[in-house]
Amino acid sequence: MNDKVIGKLKILADAAKYDVSCSSSGGKRKNENKGLGNAEGMGICHSYTEDGRCVSLLKILLTNFCIYDCAYCVTRKSNDVQRAAFTVQEVVDLTINFYRRNYIEGLFLSSGIFKDADYTMERLVRVAKKLRQEEKFNGYIHLKTIPGASDELIKEAGLYADRLSVNIELPSEQSLQSLAPEKNYAEILLPMGSIKNQLVQAKEESKLFKATPKFAPAGQSTQLIVGATAESDRQILQLSDQLYKGYSLKRVYYSGYVPVSTDSRLSIITEPPIIRENRIYQADWLMRFYGFDVKEILDEANPNLDLDIDPKLGWALRNRHFFPVEINTADYEMILRVPGIGVKSAKKIISARRFAPLHFDHLRQMGVVLKRAKYFITCQTQSLQRQDFDSEQLRRRILFGEGSVRSALLTQQLDLFRQVG
Amino acid sequence: MYFYTYDGSFEGLLTVVFEAYERKAWPTAIEPEQLAQPSMFGETIAVLTDEEKASRVWQGLKKRLSATALDSLYYTYLWEQSGFERLIFDYARLVFDSPESVEGNYTAPFILQVQQIQKQVHREKHRMEAFVRFQKTADGLYYASISPDFNVLPLIVRHFEKRYADQRWAIYDASRRYGAYYDLRHTSFVQLENPALTPKQQGKLSPDQFDENETRYQMLWQVYFDHVNIPERKNPKLHLRHIPKRYWKYLSEKQPRLQ
Repeated sequence: MNDKVIGKLKILADAAKYDVSCSSSGGKRKNENKGLGNAEGMGICHSYTEDGRCVSLLKILLTNFCIYDCAYCVTRKSNDVQRAAFTVQEVVDLTINFYRRNYIEGLFLSSGIFKDADYTMERLVRVAKKLRQEEKFNGYIHLKTIPGASDELIKEAGLYADRLSVNIELPSEQSLQSLAPEKNYAEILLPMGSIKNQLVQAKEESKLFKATPKFAPAGQSTQLIVGATAESDRQILQLSDQLYKGYSLKRVYYSGYVPVSTDSRLSIITEPPIIRENRIYQADWLMRFYGFDVKEILDEANPNLDLDIDPKLGWALRNRHFFPVEINTADYEMILRVPGIGVKSAKKIISARRFAPLHFDHLRQMGVVLKRAKYFITCQTQSLQRQDFDSEQLRRRILFGEGSVRSALLTQQLDLFRQVG
Repeated sequence: MYFYTYDGSFEGLLTVVFEAYERKAWPTAIEPEQLAQPSMFGETIAVLTDEEKASRVWQGLKKRLSATALDSLYYTYLWEQSGFERLIFDYARLVFDSPESVEGNYTAPFILQVQQIQKQVHREKHRMEAFVRFQKTADGLYYASISPDFNVLPLIVRHFEKRYADQRWAIYDASRRYGAYYDLRHTSFVQLENPALTPKQQGKLSPDQFDENETRYQMLWQVYFDHVNIPERKNPKLHLRHIPKRYWKYLSEKQPRLQ
């Protein structure tokens, strides 16, 4: 089929895919006008790419023409790639027709910066406006906010979008200066602050007047690139912590750097740091859902997460004095800190122990991972396991299985050989 | 020993609960009448569905259980796996015989089991909300066929009604041979069996029934799917965990590439 849109879609989906956010949850938009679509509550992943990521939104750039030259970015001015641009109508048609066939939850629209920030932002807003007003579309819309765009445009964007995001990308000012010389932190944080203020204001007003127009009801998010520059996990997580607290972000996304560039300003990596990215997400979860402070997860002595074990187990091994925890009496917060017990099983434990004392069998049936948890808990003062291992022994037993100390060392060494070879 | 049979409906099963209490005759087994084997021992009680008796049982459960727990019981009915009738009966009996609420008592085996079944059925419901792929027909109907592991069609109708309020759509369960049809006002359940078709063909559209743009959008979707992937991060294990192969038959992005 000879179709211009197919060619554009190839280029502009390719260019947008390094933005990892694909969330479609947290919206409150109902289908009240007998129009098309809704964006309430839980998000839906309609498909998954072969790299295992969720496909929830039509994620594209409006154009990959860009006046900036950020070293980490595939769309940078100096990169020799094919360029393309959608018209507003083409994006609207794709979104509506994909949505009607139940392929997607909505649209995630970003863009390279052509001419200037306001010019670009104005076009993104125009797509969203057309979808909402002409197509009566109530599905999810995520708009990227272009740093440097005017307050009025950001405000207008928030009226149509469910979520707004400004990507920080590089986790320190220093990296930003060397890799994205046209950008600076102040300019990135400015729209973020402005969105936050609008969110607060809209919330206040909605308490007073029921008919206050919604402003980005699913909040704002950002993305940090992991592994393109030299920041430690501690620096990255401290930054996220500040963003969650200072700018009330809904999510910080982490994107393991995929080498899309041979630019000499970048650190040389050959493969995306997928395990590291995963550990950082786990640590992010600990901060948001498990009541951990960033200082408990990493400190000066341990600036990077252990790649072999998850950060909760890492914390437990450094803080053995809190354990063992008695499942039948400990409070929820402490049960949540046991390695191998997640939010769901912790809630089940609290609920079930009102009826009867719990045994290890109950825990297993509820979905607790006893392989890890058994070293840290007792049930009615009974223990399934000797508790006198030191942390190093424990780490080995959990990682490589019980009694397999020798083979474990062997595997480790083979691993080393593989890395060298 | 008492062997109960019923007509296979949820109301029928609730009537069984009523009859068992009335007779103080606790069931050894409960089976749909068309599947039941005559037994040499014990008594077979053929229960006729009675709306009023069913409703009294349901109201009784409603007084003692939260909406979530009531849903879980209905989900267990839609689960359809062997032994579900007995499980619903045992759960109901525990509820009626306990002086206090039994909800959240995960130390009782069938309370935990019903909760786990609820989770399984809910996951399948969520998958169908995600994996349905409508094809637009020449007369403007958006049509999809599914064959879910559990009977979740009644559970997903509400979601599609809310979302696609301004388009006519139909979803057909090819393995249970019934469908839901939304006509812009209501949704009704319909049988559209065509005896001339094999089970595999049942409920499938042929391309000559498509709207003129249908193939183009299927193709655009395939193009999008291919280009949103990052080959450097390929992870087949994770991919398969999220979309097990048995769901691929629904997905246009998992079909041979259109030209």
